[in-house]
Amino acid sequence: MLHLDGLSKTYATGEAALSDVTLTVPQGQIMGLIGPSGAGKSTLIRCINRLVEPSSGKVILGDVDLARLGKAELRRQRRRIGMIFQEYALVERLTVMENVLSGRLGYVPFWRSLLRKYPARDIQTAYRLLDRVGLMNRADSRADALSGGQRQRVGIARALAQEPELLLVDEPTASLDPKTSRQIMRLITEICAERGLPVIVNIHDVPLAQQFMQRIVGLRAGRIVFDGAPADLTEAALTEIYGAEDWNAMRQGDSEQAEAEADAARRLEALAK
Amino acid sequence: MSETYPTTWRRPPQIIRSARWRYAVQLGIAIYLALALGTIEVDWGRVADGLARGQRFAAGFLQPDFVSRWADISRGLIESLTMTLTSTVVGVLISIPVGIGAAANLVPAPVYFVCRGIIAVSRALQEVIIAIFLVAMFGFGPFAGFLTLSFATIGFLAKLLADDIEEIEPGQVEAVRATGASWTQLVNYAVQPQVMPRLIGLSLYRLDINFRESAVIGIVGAGGIGATLNTAIDRYEYDSAGAILLLIIGIVMIAEYGSSYLRKFLQ
Repeated sequence: MLHLDGLSKTYATGEAALSDVTLTVPQGQIMGLIGPSGAGKSTLIRCINRLVEPSSGKVILGDVDLARLGKAELRRQRRRIGMIFQEYALVERLTVMENVLSGRLGYVPFWRSLLRKYPARDIQTAYRLLDRVGLMNRADSRADALSGGQRQRVGIARALAQEPELLLVDEPTASLDPKTSRQIMRLITEICAERGLPVIVNIHDVPLAQQFMQRIVGLRAGRIVFDGAPADLTEAALTEIYGAEDWNAMRQGDSEQAEAEADAARRLEALAK
Repeated sequence: MSETYPTTWRRPPQIIRSARWRYAVQLGIAIYLALALGTIEVDWGRVADGLARGQRFAAGFLQPDFVSRWADISRGLIESLTMTLTSTVVGVLISIPVGIGAAANLVPAPVYFVCRGIIAVSRALQEVIIAIFLVAMFGFGPFAGFLTLSFATIGFLAKLLADDIEEIEPGQVEAVRATGASWTQLVNYAVQPQVMPRLIGLSLYRLDINFRESAVIGIVGAGGIGATLNTAIDRYEYDSAGAILLLIIGIVMIAEYGSSYLRKFLQ
């Protein structure tokens, strides 16, 4: 379970990215964080594993306050938090296997990571995860040889290799096409459900969020302005989060897209016959 | 309606906006150039002598003599090649930690300033000047040359490595940091793969710079093929000097083609 208490972040420029955010994510919950660009979504999830240092407030994971840790202890605690990134953030010149094994860096001594001599159990875990995300046969490829969707699958495997207690996901589908986006979202939600893993997903695609999330938190200018079930995300709530906009047109656009996809799939099937 | 839009366009001046200042600067440059050319004194008699010597030099080039001084030449070449290789290896090994320390995105400020200081000192002193110092300290011969080239390699390679590290993809570093990796693991997993091809390319480039420099610093007494070349010119043996220059050109060309082939292979 993750509990944020009065979390605030003011950047050196004086810009307040987060103001007094209090939030609890229970075990196994898949929570979507939506809001316009610059609302503080990225800052919020980076304050949790302290890639960004929070200015004040508490970040309590289990019974540890992450905001108060020294350097060495912070590294140990970061192992408990897996993170998946927008542009995949794989190390492109390393192999897929090395990228997945890098999820174990916090657990192994330097010489093991340097010589790529990971414990047998870690290697087995890495293979199992690669199999789970459907990339068993790409273990020895270089990461830059993969497509966007495949790279994000490696990103997921890397985060899970940490055996995390919490998953942070930063715009996982922003660089992917609509169909791959849905596949990736489905994979993330399925895996988290299997493991009872709490997740926070930054997502700017509202229909996608409504489709896959159990709970949605809306952020505007660093403050929580909505917290509820996807079904409660009414037009009024969206206006509160994003400002005035024609939300029905956006939904319609999305259903059009879904139709177009289905149509393309039918045509492919017809071709295959 | 399209007739109401202008049909001509000129690029607005980018650096000096005022036309008057532009003309003043251009005029100033012209006057300076005229005055400067006026102060050059040419002694045509000496030019004629020099041309005659140049002719003998060119003749030596056309009939290079590899044979009569071959023992000296081959010793000089081997010295130079040894100096080049050892100094590049030692220089690269030292510049890696210095370069990492001089990358602002990896180390705290005090380490950064110390390492940038080392680089600045190494780059400020030209090879020939260091060679003169070191020859005075350690005597004539290739050891002084080896030290000179190692020192110069540090400034060159550490600076370019540090600049390269500062421009790596921050997302990859962030992702590795998020796994709970230590600083050394971060360098090994997120930084090294991103800069390795360039580091190898720069090291090969430095190898051929070091060979050329070894010919130059030999002239001030730091051993190698430069010393042999200097002796040959002092003795007016232009045919041997020509042979040495041809050998230097040949080796530099081999290094050039070899390193570009290797770099292509490594990418």
